[in-house]
Amino acid sequence: MMAMPIIITITTSMTMLDDFLVRAGLAAVGLSLATGPLGAFVVWRRMAYFGDATAHAAVLGVALALATDLPIGLGTLVVALAMAVTVAGLSARGWAMDTTLGVLAHSALAFGLVAVSFFPTVRTDLSAYLFGDILAVSRADLVLVWLGALAVVALLVWRWQALLTATVSEDLAHAAGLRPDRERLVLVIALAVVVAVALKVVGALLIAAMLIIPAATARGIARTPEAMAIAAVAIGAASGLGGLGLSLWQDTPTGPSIIVVAAVLFALSTLRARA
Amino acid sequence: MSLIAADHICVRFDGNEVLHDVSLQIAPGEIVTILGPNGSGKSTLLRALLGILPVAEGRILRQAGLRIGYVPQRLMIDRTMPITVRRFLSLPVRVSDAAAAEALARVGMAGHGAEQMTALSGGQLQRVLLARALLGNPQVLMLDEPTQGLDQPGEASFYRLIEEVRRDTGAAILMISHDLHVVMAASDRVICLNGHICCEGTPRVVSTAPEYRALFGLGTQGALALYRHEHDHEHRADDGHAHHHHHYHEHDHA
Repeated sequence: MMAMPIIITITTSMTMLDDFLVRAGLAAVGLSLATGPLGAFVVWRRMAYFGDATAHAAVLGVALALATDLPIGLGTLVVALAMAVTVAGLSARGWAMDTTLGVLAHSALAFGLVAVSFFPTVRTDLSAYLFGDILAVSRADLVLVWLGALAVVALLVWRWQALLTATVSEDLAHAAGLRPDRERLVLVIALAVVVAVALKVVGALLIAAMLIIPAATARGIARTPEAMAIAAVAIGAASGLGGLGLSLWQDTPTGPSIIVVAAVLFALSTLRARA
Repeated sequence: MSLIAADHICVRFDGNEVLHDVSLQIAPGEIVTILGPNGSGKSTLLRALLGILPVAEGRILRQAGLRIGYVPQRLMIDRTMPITVRRFLSLPVRVSDAAAAEALARVGMAGHGAEQMTALSGGQLQRVLLARALLGNPQVLMLDEPTQGLDQPGEASFYRLIEEVRRDTGAAILMISHDLHVVMAASDRVICLNGHICCEGTPRVVSTAPEYRALFGLGTQGALALYRHEHDHEHRADDGHAHHHHHYHEHDHA
């Protein structure tokens, strides 16, 4: 920021970032870079509920951040990570996952909602955390979204072969000398980062939708795992920009509008598959 | 000098001893079959040798840098994952197109590289799993009930393929089975397992061992006698099926 008055050549692009719409669009595209490949793993490994539990815990993270004067993003990251590690630990011990996740996901949301109600400022603006507030994304938010998303992409690319092998078969991964439990942890960490980053963009209630719907749409048009992940990025970005447009045009809440566009694309893809 | 060995291993699940005091060695180039009824710990033994399961007592000894190829009992790829045969062969180590094509050709699956894994039949899937295992140039190939769900001709041709692999690559082969005569025909050595090793030896020795008869009963003994019979006298294929039944009954009554 300090350099801005000095380096004149980039002033135009900086001015462009003053436009809240441009920032919102960039945030949506940045987020889909991470949700595309991560969402593919969530679909392949049937972790949808897992994503929900982690995302819902983000509301509790908001309360924690407000109580301790931490940045919202950090509070969210810490609580989402704690939730994700807990769930992963329970699943490794062979708990009945469907029930356990159901209990955890909804309890986390309820506790979070009760906890934030103690902060009157948030109370008035609760829907921003539940459904996102992409039109209010600041430059700092934008930097966080892109840094977080790029970190997740880097992590997934680095572990890609091992993650894919462990997803196809944990036994094959084991026999090849890989550690499936460690690869699971990679996904857990990536999920927590995505939750922290996505809270502002689509909100706690719809993060899991942003992971699952574009990936599920991409399934129909892909022949390899890589193609599916890349297609999910493109579909996620298109949904983000389309939802932004819908929100402007009809004055609808932006987070849900993004998911509406994603859902329509999914419906179209199943029609195409049947035709 | 053995490639891999189990030295008096015990494996327990929640305090239940599934394997008790099991020792075995696999030498280069031999085909060893582990035979046993359901729940006898066959898969557990294989998984312990692979290092997937921890052993409670005893040790697994491997030659340093041992290359193991593993063909699991079955592979359930989630239908939500699109993956071609060619892409699957590059997991976890990326292989060249030439190497992938050669491996597919060896298992009789040439030209199937572009197909989706989920579209393969049971027999085709087993062959692709074998191709993937061979790409690691293994010194030991471990197969867990590789012919489960295959019909009789499919089973027979899969075992022929295993023998070819041994002949061409010199890899030792350790496989699990609960089907009897075909696998006996393809093995140098059979280990009969029921929580512990009941008996072991050449197929002929094992098939006459009292421990083996106690475990598998008389009907099975008939099938084994059939195996011995076929291999002692080299009958032709053209007097096939009725012949089988004839001898089965003959030995059953004996």
